Amino acid sequence: MRTIRSNRVKRGFVGALLAGVTLLTSAGGALADDPSASASPAEGDAAGPTEAGTAFRTATAIQQEQTATADASTGDYLYWVFPADAGQRPTVRAKVTLPEDAARKGTSTWQVDVYDGLRRRQACMYGHQTRKATQDAGTVELSCVLRTVRAWSEPWADDPLPGSYFVRLTVVDAAEEDLGLPVHAEIEVTSAGMGGAHDVDGALAEPLVPGASSVEQAADGDDGADKPRVSLGSEPEDGWSSGWWTDRWLWTVGGGVLAALAAVFGYGLTRGGGRPSRVPPGV
Amino acid sequence: MITRKRLTAGVGILLATLAAGLGTALPAAADEPSSAASPKVELVLDVSGSMRTRDIDGQSRISAAKQAFNDVLDAVPEEVQLGIRTLGADYPGDDRKVGCKDTKQLYPVGPLDRTEAKTAVATLAPTGWTPIGPALLGAADDLEGGDSTRRIVLITDGEDTCGPLDPCEVARDIAARGIHLVIDTLGLVPNAKIRQQLTCIAEATGGTYTAIQHTEELSGRVKQLVDRAAEPVVTPVATEGAGSCSAAPQLKAGLYTDRQEFGKHRWYRVDVLPGQELRASVSVAADRAVNNDYGVLLRAVTVHGREIVRGAESGTGRTDAISSGLRYPKAEQDDVDGDVKPAAETVCLQLSNSFAAPSSVKTTPGMPVELTIDLVGAPDDAADVAAFGLGRGWWLLGVMVLTGLVAGLLFGWISRWRVAVWRTN
Repeated sequence: MRTIRSNRVKRGFVGALLAGVTLLTSAGGALADDPSASASPAEGDAAGPTEAGTAFRTATAIQQEQTATADASTGDYLYWVFPADAGQRPTVRAKVTLPEDAARKGTSTWQVDVYDGLRRRQACMYGHQTRKATQDAGTVELSCVLRTVRAWSEPWADDPLPGSYFVRLTVVDAAEEDLGLPVHAEIEVTSAGMGGAHDVDGALAEPLVPGASSVEQAADGDDGADKPRVSLGSEPEDGWSSGWWTDRWLWTVGGGVLAALAAVFGYGLTRGGGRPSRVPPGV
Repeated sequence: MITRKRLTAGVGILLATLAAGLGTALPAAADEPSSAASPKVELVLDVSGSMRTRDIDGQSRISAAKQAFNDVLDAVPEEVQLGIRTLGADYPGDDRKVGCKDTKQLYPVGPLDRTEAKTAVATLAPTGWTPIGPALLGAADDLEGGDSTRRIVLITDGEDTCGPLDPCEVARDIAARGIHLVIDTLGLVPNAKIRQQLTCIAEATGGTYTAIQHTEELSGRVKQLVDRAAEPVVTPVATEGAGSCSAAPQLKAGLYTDRQEFGKHRWYRVDVLPGQELRASVSVAADRAVNNDYGVLLRAVTVHGREIVRGAESGTGRTDAISSGLRYPKAEQDDVDGDVKPAAETVCLQLSNSFAAPSSVKTTPGMPVELTIDLVGAPDDAADVAAFGLGRGWWLLGVMVLTGLVAGLLFGWISRWRVAVWRTN
């Protein structure tokens, strides 16, 4: 299931050291591609799903860059789940179209929450996570910019890690009379690549996707049919990154080359230009 | 050194990829029996006398409901077993005792014959009382059997005045049977009391409440709810946590449900082998009116009582659930004997919540708990903060260039000095 992201191309620069490694891991990726493609049929659907789940367990899987929509009632808890990989900084944008104001009785406060694959709440660095809609407002737009996803962190930290992310959209405060009225919700997740500055050492054995181990157990074959199996959430369209690539390779190799050049230059300085005149020919 | 470690890791990844590839293929096959257990839905329709009122798009509530039912029956997915139950359809009299028992199954839960079901619906005429509680109990009984997902869609225009059976309590008791039953409610009248009652019923079972104003809203919403029932979901396994770790149930990887009362602890045990990572996540659902501030704490503790790691979360305001999680990677054993299977460590998981409720709220049965346990391979330890210990940035380049320059100059001078020494000798 570990495949290599498109930035694999960049690896060419790194040279012979990485070439072997690239071959090795991309072979693994190619082998893993086929079963994973069949595992998530929603892949490549640009329009996105038109329903939302109502709990962690029933969350609708979406991909990044997909616009998912849902019709619901005010007061419903809407859940989606999307995959985020190391080095990405996901931004969740939600737009709620409220019922016509004639039907509404007061202001309502809407909120978007993001949870990681372990159902730990993830903080929003910035964005309008919670917003109040006045009685005459037609829509309310929410956003949440997560921290950059790291490849690894200590178990005692709650840093965002590669894996599934749950989005919960709901009204947290509304006039009693407004509960149950129809609303339309739209959600989109985009992410910015944060580059090598956030590339940390270490890697998870498996991305934080709920139910990751149930799959392995079914593979073991012992009463796999009766095993409770948690839905696998979703996987990025081009698979999880292998964690090998970081632009730190370029910086470090580049630094080494520059150092070598500087050394040659420095050496040359002590020699002066060309052959010293006082050295007799033939020595 | 690091590179070599990575290379072995790379081979491991390749193997894991192959294993995972096989793994994804297999559960798909294992899924088939569960998808054969088709989801069951029962539509519960209020046919009480008040359904005669003409206030939905100029037509009576019952004709709006009939029209919606026709639309819905046409669109029911093949795999769904659908049944219809009515309440208040038969007894027109004033005797409350009789009126409050007036609920019957109009169409049995099973493979749907659309014409037959439509004919049955067409015969309905608004008649009697609104015994929501008994109707829900009846519907829950109709849906008995199998381990598929179950959903009740309740469409009503009045509140249950039958008492003493509070339909909200009934709903909570049904949910506590652990049969994965969800009740969605649709109210046809914007009335505060009805809204409260229906919201309470929906909340108690993890369902939704919708206020209906137009016919197309009604059919659209019911269709949506029936389709939702058809979505394949994993059904959790019921377990019962104990008051202490020694008595706690042993859990394997999987999805579990339990019930937890206010302020009570629950313990579970999980065996973790060296080289495995335990991942546990938990959510406690607020299925009743709770106070505004609440929290949940999940601790992983050794059998001797030392805390390994914890996941905690607290929140405030309206919520459906509060959740947290933890992971505990157990390092590979160094002195592994080939023959001896390494001993698993028993990790005790302690779950506690800090929900509180007004004294008017019943505390039993406990709130629904959902627990996910995963055991995966342990992660690579980080040998450095940065990836592979590599550097980055202009400072790094500056330092390296400067070092190179100094080294070059030094070598140059040394070799000049050596040449000079050689020449003088």
